[in-house]
This record gives sequence, structure tokens and C-alpha cells, in this order.
Amino acid sequence: MSTAATGYYVPHDARWPIVGSIGLFIFFFGFASWLNDGAFGKEMFFIGMAITIFMMFGWFGLVAKESEAGTYSPQVDASFRLCMMWFIFSEVMFFAAFFGALFYARTFSGPWLGGLGGGGAEMTNAVLHTGHDYVWPSNGPGDVGGKFVPMGWFGLPLINTLLLLSSGVTCTLAHHAIRAGHRKPFILWLLATVTLGFIFMGLQIEEYIHAYSALNLKLTSGIYGSTFFLLTGFHGFHVTMGAVILLVVAIRAMRNHFSAENHFAFEAAAWYWHFVDVVWLGLFIFVYLF
Amino acid sequence: MSSNDVTHHAADDHNHDHGDDHGHHGPAPGLMRWVTTTNHKDIGTLYLWFSLVMFFIGGAMALVIRAELFQPGIQIVDPMFFNSMTTMHAIVMIFGVVMPAFVGLANWMIPMMIGAPDMALPRLNNWSFWIMPFAFTIMLSTLFMDSGGPAGGWTLYPPLVLQMGDSFAFVIFAIHFLGISSVMGSINIVATIFNMRAPGMTFMKMPMFVWTWLITAYLLIATIPVFAGAVTMLLTDRYFGTSFFSAAGGGDPVMFQHIFWFFGHPEVYILILPAFGIVSSIIPTFARKELFGYDSMVYATASIAFLSFIVWAHHMFTTGMPLAGELFFMFSTMLISVPTGVKVFNWVATMWRGAMTFETPMLFAIGFVIMFTVGGLSGLMLAITPADIQYHDTYFVVAHFHYVLVPGAIYSLMAATYYWLPKWTGNMYDEKLGKMHFWISTIFVNVLFFPMHFVGLAGMPRRIPDYSLQFADWNMIATIGAFGFGFSQLMFVYIIVKCVRGGEKATAEVWEGARGLEWTVASPAPYHTFETAPTIEPSTVTR
Ligand SMILES: [Cu+2]
Repeated sequence: MSTAATGYYVPHDARWPIVGSIGLFIFFFGFASWLNDGAFGKEMFFIGMAITIFMMFGWFGLVAKESEAGTYSPQVDASFRLCMMWFIFSEVMFFAAFFGALFYARTFSGPWLGGLGGGGAEMTNAVLHTGHDYVWPSNGPGDVGGKFVPMGWFGLPLINTLLLLSSGVTCTLAHHAIRAGHRKPFILWLLATVTLGFIFMGLQIEEYIHAYSALNLKLTSGIYGSTFFLLTGFHGFHVTMGAVILLVVAIRAMRNHFSAENHFAFEAAAWYWHFVDVVWLGLFIFVYLF
Repeated sequence: MSSNDVTHHAADDHNHDHGDDHGHHGPAPGLMRWVTTTNHKDIGTLYLWFSLVMFFIGGAMALVIRAELFQPGIQIVDPMFFNSMTTMHAIVMIFGVVMPAFVGLANWMIPMMIGAPDMALPRLNNWSFWIMPFAFTIMLSTLFMDSGGPAGGWTLYPPLVLQMGDSFAFVIFAIHFLGISSVMGSINIVATIFNMRAPGMTFMKMPMFVWTWLITAYLLIATIPVFAGAVTMLLTDRYFGTSFFSAAGGGDPVMFQHIFWFFGHPEVYILILPAFGIVSSIIPTFARKELFGYDSMVYATASIAFLSFIVWAHHMFTTGMPLAGELFFMFSTMLISVPTGVKVFNWVATMWRGAMTFETPMLFAIGFVIMFTVGGLSGLMLAITPADIQYHDTYFVVAHFHYVLVPGAIYSLMAATYYWLPKWTGNMYDEKLGKMHFWISTIFVNVLFFPMHFVGLAGMPRRIPDYSLQFADWNMIATIGAFGFGFSQLMFVYIIVKCVRGGEKATAEVWEGARGLEWTVASPAPYHTFETAPTIEPSTVTR
């Protein structure tokens, strides 16, 4: 109907949200049952996840179709941009909780358990945790999970850092390409970014296997294991999400979806990718290096 | 699906009746209208009805608590169930009543106040609401599980909360689910306020309700993910063997309290800032004066939001903290009374020499100002570390936060309902019944909560189903107040239903002194308003 929209597009008759609610409901209910070995927990978990993924493809597909049809005015575009920015901010705060836990354990509770820092710490240490000296990496006075070797920064983590940093560069090159209207280099740089992301994930899995088999470093290895695996694990999950989103963008690019002026789906994915990059730098510095 | 159906009109001549409904895109017929709606007014209505239903569920839980406390000794329920009632009452009232009710008001009013056709992201808006019933189904289903509902308090402190039964995982995931809804709803509100204002509607022309919601939405986006992280750590500690909150593994249970209250304190401002906005809209209307000190109101709101991030450990004065920490959190907390005092001063100054009338919304707004201040002053007492060591975990704390939440947040919601009900329904509510509702509620709410100050200062601990004999009299009085307050809320429902079904027709302006764009559209507000943006001149009264 219209190709250059001027009014603000208010969609009607939204069917995907309720599908998403039902999907997530089954997912969460199933997950909770599964954790308690309840009946059908596992089945519900996977069915719920499938419905949720189906919803995401349906919903984003609909938005992509509308975008291609020229339904969105620049003002709608601005709403999408604001939405993505604030979503990334919420993600930053999610990671902040886990970084906060790491800093708190390393600066406060860890030394206190070792009898440092004044107050009653020395006495508590002498009575409750006799002979426990605080050294980071720590699995606490209970030696929870047994002796382990911490993950060094050299080797895989360093390679992964270089991989992610260069994926940031290829992502930016893709952006320059689309802005200049060069479709082919755009797709190639995108695919390069996705490939680097997946190699990163492969090496991350390799690192986990190494930690479990050779270092006796596990999720259960006290506070070090907890912070190490939850921080790197949630980051890895985000890398996977980001790579899948970029892959979808690449497929859309092959179908000639984007132009030099109109390519917000790519930009949103790129912002997300850079955010994931920055989180990794924080991880590399505070989890691996120091 | 009419995907290319662009709502596009030629800019009509600027007339002052902006309620131009050209008769298309009316509500879809049948029940599916409510499931698939993207209309901000429909979604606002859904939120408001949902929170009203939850208000009675949470209220029934409160009455179970008060019934048990009517007399000393274990009378009616077993202690475990009592504990799960205190826990669920808080969760339902915070996440199921006050927050969704404010979001409902935001949905209804913000687009109309800033001259927008709808919320920025209408489909996302639908999803934010339609998560709520599903998430609360998970949450409330735990009450029917073998291990019972959560009973460790809504603050979910480990190690206690880790000792609860299998329903633990359901509680955690329900919180995650609700968090998704809150964050999406808030992102939508921020995008709407930044992007959808009519031309000429500058930030400093926005009504205070819009300002307070902008800042509230920011608080939500910043803190709900932290809460999600905290409960995720609880989950992994319980089911996956991590040691975040276990000293044996080098973690610390107190660390949970820090992370939780980093969310929890901004959360209490999430529950009160929109109330400030409502009261700042109502008082000028019925005082027939402009809001006194609008600019300082905006800055005070922003200061409160900033300070709310650096005061969290005032909930932990007795848990153990270095002395420097206790001092810092004491002083930063006391500092909040400065911007809050600015607000109370401005409300009073707005009324000063105003041509005041006392319709029901105004009564609730004035009740808010007075009784919220009572709660604020007991908060100031609790901020003083050495005093707090005495008050901690007593009924004095319960009295404090119920004064800011019930005659505070809940009163603001009632004020808002009476104030905007004619705009929503096109009918006036029954003024006589409304006034009666106010006076009966106000008497009972004080009978209910004021004695808690006394028993609290005398040392009665909270969250315990039994108490020592000397507290018996005041507890009996509080319980009478509780049942009186609880049952008088049936009047509220009756008045709303009566108003929805009919009544004296409301004018577009509704109130003589009403200010702002929402009063320029017809009553009831047409299904679509401001499809063509109104032009706001510097002289247009928008707040
Ligand atoms: Cu607080």
C-alpha cells in the first residue's frame, strides 16, 4: 500500500505475544519441575523452548516483513533504536550483578574469612576457619570441590580475546560496507564475524573440557568456580545469541533486505556484538588476568 | 493481518478537540480483543483490573496474618503457613498490585498526556501485560505444592531460603518471568517518552506523572536485571553446587543482601515515584493553581533516583559491615529526606491560598501527603544506625513501610482511579460513596498501622506468628483495623463497577481546574487519541 510511511505505525491484532507467554510459561514451569525431578519437567522444558523460539522467528519475521514493505517511518525506527539501547543497558546491569559478586568476594568476604580486615575477622578466622589463609583464587575454608588449578590467561583465553577483538573489527568493516552500499563485502564481513564468533565458542567449550578434565576446576569449585563459570557461561550464551542474530542478518542480507540507508536490524545486532565484546574484555581482565 | 495499515491523516486544522476518532480501528469484537490488543488504553485497563484482583488476593493473605495475630498463641494457621503468607503477601502486593497498577496508569495516561497516538512499541506492550497472569500462576501455584509457598520472606535471604522445599525453583523462575515483563514495560515507557512527544511538548512541559515514570522506568531497567542475577545465584547455589552465598566455599550470605538491596532500595522508589507524579497532578487541579516549584519537583525526583543507588545497606545495619560503611549509608540515607522534603513542601505550597475543593481524588491526595510524611519520618528514625539496631526487624519497621505503601502508594492509586475514572468511562463516580470510602479507609488504616509503632518500639518482632502477652491489646486493635480496612475496599470495587455501568455524564474537562492534554479529549477518551499530533504552543497548558 504505502511505501514511504509518514504516520506512526500502530500495529493491530498482535498474536505473537500470547504465544511467547505460553511458551515461556511452559519453559519455566518445566525447568523448575526438571530441577526437582518432577514428572514431564524435561519434556515441558524443551517444548516451551521450542514454542519460544518459534515465537521469536514469527515475531521478528513479521517485523522484517513490515520493514521491507516500508511500513515504518523514521519515528518508528527511532523507537526501535531506543528499545535496543535500553535493552543492552539492562543486560549490562545483569552482568554487573555477577561482577559485583566477584569484586565483593575478592575485596571483602574472602579476606575476612582469612582473618584480614580488622573487626572480628581475626577471631572468627581463629575459631571457625582455623589455619585458613585467604589467597585468590579461593574455594574457601571448606576447600569446596577439592584442590584445583585456576585458569591461566595465556593460551586459549588470550586467543579468544584476539578472536573477539578482531570480530569487532570485521563487524565494523561490515557496517562501513553497507553504508557505502556494497552488498557483497557486507555479507562477507558479516559471515567472517559470525565465523569468528563460532570459533570463539568452540574454543570456550574446549577450555571448559580442559578445566573439568585436567584442572579439576568445576562449577562446584567454591567461589572461584562459581564466579568463573557463571560469568564466562553467561557471556558464552550471549556470544551464541549474538552470533545467531548476526547469522540471521547475513541471511536477510543475502535476500537483499538492507540498503545503505535502511539496515537497523544489522546495527542492532552490531551494538549487541560490541556489548558482548566489552563484557569479554572485563572478563579477561578481572577473571583471567588478575 | 493488516500489516500495511498505516494510521495516517492529513494534518487537520488545529482545533482544540483532539479526540478525533474517524470510526476505524475500533476495538475488535469478542474476548480475543483483550488477548491480541495493541491499544494502550485496552492494555492499561487490563493492567488495572489485574492489579485490582491481585489486591484482594494479597489482602486476603494480610487478613490471614492479622487473624493469626488477633490473640497471642498459635490460633489459626501453622507457623510455616504463616510465614508463607507474610512472604506471598509482600510479593503479591509489590509485583502484582502496585507495580502493574502504575504501569496500567502509565499506559492509559502517558500517551494522552504527551500527545502520542499510542505507546512506542504496542506489540511489546501487549506482551508485557500478558506475561503477568502466567508468571503469577507459577508464583501462586507454589502455595498448592507439597512443600508450600516461599516462607523465608520476600527478601529471599540465604541460607534460610535455600532450605525451602521443591517450590523454590518455581518462585525463582516466576521472578525471572515477572522481571522480563517489568523490563520490557519500562523500555516501552522510556521509548514512548523520548520519542513520542507531540511537537512542542518539551521535557519541561511534561506533566510530573510523565517525569516520575521516566525516572521510575530508568530505575527498573537498571535494577531488575540485578535482582535477576541475584536470584540466579540462589538457584545455582541450591541446584548446581555453586558457593556464592556459602562461607565454606569462600562466598558470603551477606553478599546476597548487598546485591538484593542494590535492587531492593531503588525498588521502593519504583513503588513511590509514580505516586508522587499522581499527587502532583491532582493537587494543582483541586487547588486551582499551577504546581508550585515544578522545576524543583523534577530535580528532586532525579536526586531521589540517584541517591536510591547509594543507600542500600541501611537495610543491613545489624548484619555486619565495617564502621565506615555504616556511617556512609546512614548519612546518604538521611540525605534523601532533603529532596523528599522539597516535594512535600511544594505540595503544601501548591495548596496555599488555592481555591480548594475536596472531591474524593483530592481527599486521597491530601491523605497521601499527610500519612506518607508520617511514614517518611519513621524512615528517618530508622536511618539512624544506632537507633536502627534497636528497631531492626520489629513491628516499627512494619509500621514504617506500611505507612509509605498503604496510605502512600495505594492511596495514590485510589486517588488516580477516582481522578481519571470519568475520563476512562465517561461517567462520574458516586461522589458521596467515594468520600465515604476515603473516610472509612483512613480511619481503619490508622487503626491498623498506628499501633504497630507502639508494639514495635516495645520490641515485638516481625514475621513471628506468636507474641508475648504485653503486645496483646494493640495487636487486637490492629487486627480490627485490618478487617475494617480490608472489607471497606469492597466499596471501592462497588464504586468502580457502578461508574463503569453508568452515572452522570462527564464533560471533557471533568474537573474545573484540570490542566493537561488528557482533558482536551472527549470523555470517555476515544479508542484512538492524537492520531495526528496536536501542536503544542509555548502558551499551551500541558501540566
Ligand atoms: Cu531502603
